[in-house]
Amino acid sequence: MNSIIDLVYLVPLFPLIGFLINGLGRNYLSKSLSGIIGSTVILASFIVSVLIFNETRAEAFTATTVNLFEFINVAGLNIPFAFQVDQLSALFLLVITGVGFLIHLYSTSYMHEEASHHFARYFAYLNLFVFSMLLLVLGANYLIMFIGWEGVGLCSYLLIGYWFKNTEYGNAARKAFVMNRIGDLGFLLGLFFIIQQFGSLTYSEVFPQAAGMFKGDSILVVITLLLFVGATGKSAQIPLYTWLPDAMAGPTPVSALIHAATMVTAGIYMIARSNILYTLAPATQVVVAVVGLATAILAATIAIKQNDIKKVLAYSTVSQLGYMFLGLGVGAYTGAVFHVMTHAFFKALLFLGAGSVIHAMHHEQDIRKMGGLAKKLPITRWTFWVGCIAIAGIPPFSGFFSKDEILVHAFAANPVFYIIGLAGALMTAFYMFRLYAMTFKGTFRGTHEQEHHLHESPWQMTVPLIILAFLAVVAGFVGIPELFAADAHKLEHYLAPVFKASTDAVEAHHLEHKTEYILLAVSLTLIASAIIFALKRFSKNPETGELEGFGKVLANKWYVDELYHNIITKPLNSLGVFFNRFVEKSGIDGLVNGVGKGVQWSGRQLRLLQSGQVGSYVLWMVIGILLLFVITIKFL
Amino acid sequence: MPINYYIYLAVALFSIGVAGVLTRRNAIIIFMCVELMLNAVNLLLVAFSKMHAQTALAANPSAITGVEAQLFVFFIMVVAAAEVSVGLAIIVMMYRNIHSVDVNFLNRLKH
Amino acid sequence: MDITQILFWFLSILAVFGALMMVTSKNPVYSVLWLIVVFFAISGHYILLNAQFLAVVNIIVYAGAIMVLFLFVIMLMNLNAETEPQKNKWLKIAGVIAGGSLMLVFIAALRHSNELIKTQVSMGGEAGLIKTLGKTLFTDYVLPFEISSVLFLSAMVGAVVIGKKGD
Repeated sequence: MNSIIDLVYLVPLFPLIGFLINGLGRNYLSKSLSGIIGSTVILASFIVSVLIFNETRAEAFTATTVNLFEFINVAGLNIPFAFQVDQLSALFLLVITGVGFLIHLYSTSYMHEEASHHFARYFAYLNLFVFSMLLLVLGANYLIMFIGWEGVGLCSYLLIGYWFKNTEYGNAARKAFVMNRIGDLGFLLGLFFIIQQFGSLTYSEVFPQAAGMFKGDSILVVITLLLFVGATGKSAQIPLYTWLPDAMAGPTPVSALIHAATMVTAGIYMIARSNILYTLAPATQVVVAVVGLATAILAATIAIKQNDIKKVLAYSTVSQLGYMFLGLGVGAYTGAVFHVMTHAFFKALLFLGAGSVIHAMHHEQDIRKMGGLAKKLPITRWTFWVGCIAIAGIPPFSGFFSKDEILVHAFAANPVFYIIGLAGALMTAFYMFRLYAMTFKGTFRGTHEQEHHLHESPWQMTVPLIILAFLAVVAGFVGIPELFAADAHKLEHYLAPVFKASTDAVEAHHLEHKTEYILLAVSLTLIASAIIFALKRFSKNPETGELEGFGKVLANKWYVDELYHNIITKPLNSLGVFFNRFVEKSGIDGLVNGVGKGVQWSGRQLRLLQSGQVGSYVLWMVIGILLLFVITIKFL
Repeated sequence: MPINYYIYLAVALFSIGVAGVLTRRNAIIIFMCVELMLNAVNLLLVAFSKMHAQTALAANPSAITGVEAQLFVFFIMVVAAAEVSVGLAIIVMMYRNIHSVDVNFLNRLKH
Repeated sequence: MDITQILFWFLSILAVFGALMMVTSKNPVYSVLWLIVVFFAISGHYILLNAQFLAVVNIIVYAGAIMVLFLFVIMLMNLNAETEPQKNKWLKIAGVIAGGSLMLVFIAALRHSNELIKTQVSMGGEAGLIKTLGKTLFTDYVLPFEISSVLFLSAMVGAVVIGKKGD
């Protein structure tokens, strides 16, 4: 087959090349050159991705595996280094490279104050990040996915700790890394179980086998739960979500990249990819849905009281990811992937907008010190506004369609899910417009110097904002629900082959149109009132004082970090101290030193035999011979 | 003569040699004791070379057996001669250095 | 008891006695002389065993060349009974006991062996003649023979190098 599909390896290859050039030549490249290289390679990947995407839209297209080389072939286990191109991976390719490119472009301007070798290092990491993510979505088996999975973990560590001279940032990076490792352990165990059960890691071999198993098989539940543990780590779900808000330590475009295009969507992708396993494990699905919902609510409540512009966005990401997991949990795989896509657009937009604000404010991130920026930063303001509406879920902006699809499915599965989900959506609308109001409305609350320097960002930053704003508006139209027009849900149609096994396994339950209209009306009314309330409440008198009571609990993130610190970190630390003081000192050291001392002592005693007297040596030799003879005669 | 007489004789000579090595301190005497032990072994080898000659001669009067054993003894003598020349040279040098042939002065191996 | 047996016992007693005297003599020169006696006795045994060539070689090489070399060295160093170093009594006893035990163990080992040990040693045969030995030596064993010449050469060089003064 001679088509662009065979060239799919180019997609991850370009970022890898960019990484190598920028990484190795960071001391020699000028800033503009490394910026151009870093962005161009992603653009090239994007172009290839678009071509591939075009191929996959064809009616006759079937999932294609591109074998690159033999990777592991041992003891009956054969794992090739292969890429799988199908609708799901093509869609993710498009999102990753597209949004990734915009973020790269944005970064060339945002990071311009860095020294040139740090600048090149930044782009090298960024390229490696994109490369890992592409590997993750392109892999034709779980092992390649795992390589990418670990790769994004590494890159997130590198990028969150990009300003490594700041200890706190370094700690945040370490936290992200450790949290991810915990999740990865689950993922890895899941892989081992898959090998044990199916004898392969290749999707095209595992899934058909799995489809033949009966629903609720315990091994499937174990596998899916372990994989889900991995997903909670990577996609920041309870209980492993705390790293994501701390990941704000990295440069703002990195946050955008982590939150929108890469990394956090890995968990969603993985579950969407293994949809058949999850569909056949209803117990896990309930766990996924509940965890997703709990995360969505918890993160939303925290976001209400955060004052750091990036923290608000971070918790909103955690919350939106919760929605995606809710979608996955109730079997709305298309909805989850749809939400990943729309979320990628508006969350990237919001982060880049926040970056633009931070840039203008000279690295001030506290929204209590902002306000009234609407006039100074018109482009940022309007694009940010678009992002807020999109995430709040007002039609016809993209967030509405995807979130609505998930919520409708949730209602079909269990109305309680819907009610809680709706509450989360209300909070989302509320805190996003609180953020918007406090940032752009009212009067400026910063220093005079900051006010003097307020300015709109250069074109490298505003152009991505405008493009993303455009996408955030229109992206929803690929998934218009059946409610409004028959067969208008192009995305569902497009992704159908990927989720075919799952849709075959369960009978679809359709809501009556009447119910859907009611749900829609209720949610829209509530969301609109939440927005208006937030705008009214915070435009004129923003809360700048100290918080009390319940608000303080929220502002302190429900004290989850403290809880983790007290019940996990501290006992582990004391355990470590205990082991160091007692087990290590007296036990292991004692043993090791004791062996050494014993050898020394016996050596000292034995040394007396080495008198240097030739006569005594001969005597011992004769005695030895005698003994040998005696033994031979007596016992042999 | 039965072969065991020769064995006993050789063992006696060999053991006297060993006892000599153990009891004397004079390097030259020790060396001579070593030569004695070598000769005990040589004697045994020659005796063994004749051990099976009788049966072979009974079958065929012109049979020749045990040549290899005697050649072996010959080569042992060759090596012994070479060994003695070098060994005595070493003893001479030792005497020249420490003015004694007492092996107890040779306890430098200790250090 | 025929003449062979008489000769055997005589030579055996002579050899053991000579060896004992060699070990116990205080004067090294006497030791050498006693050792020569032992070698002669052993050569006698060789003749009894019809190994004439070895008997002759033994006398020439051992009793002749080697022992003369020993004598030379001893006289060169002017060693005598007075300069003879003595070990302490206990070590001597220990040495004697060890040597005696070795002999006992050997004998004990032999006593457990099978009937083959009673095999009569043949006094006849032509294996010990120079003619037979020479033929085998210069056909089958010519390579070891030549190599032994190299050994001699190196021993000679070694002796010269070690014995050389002023290094």
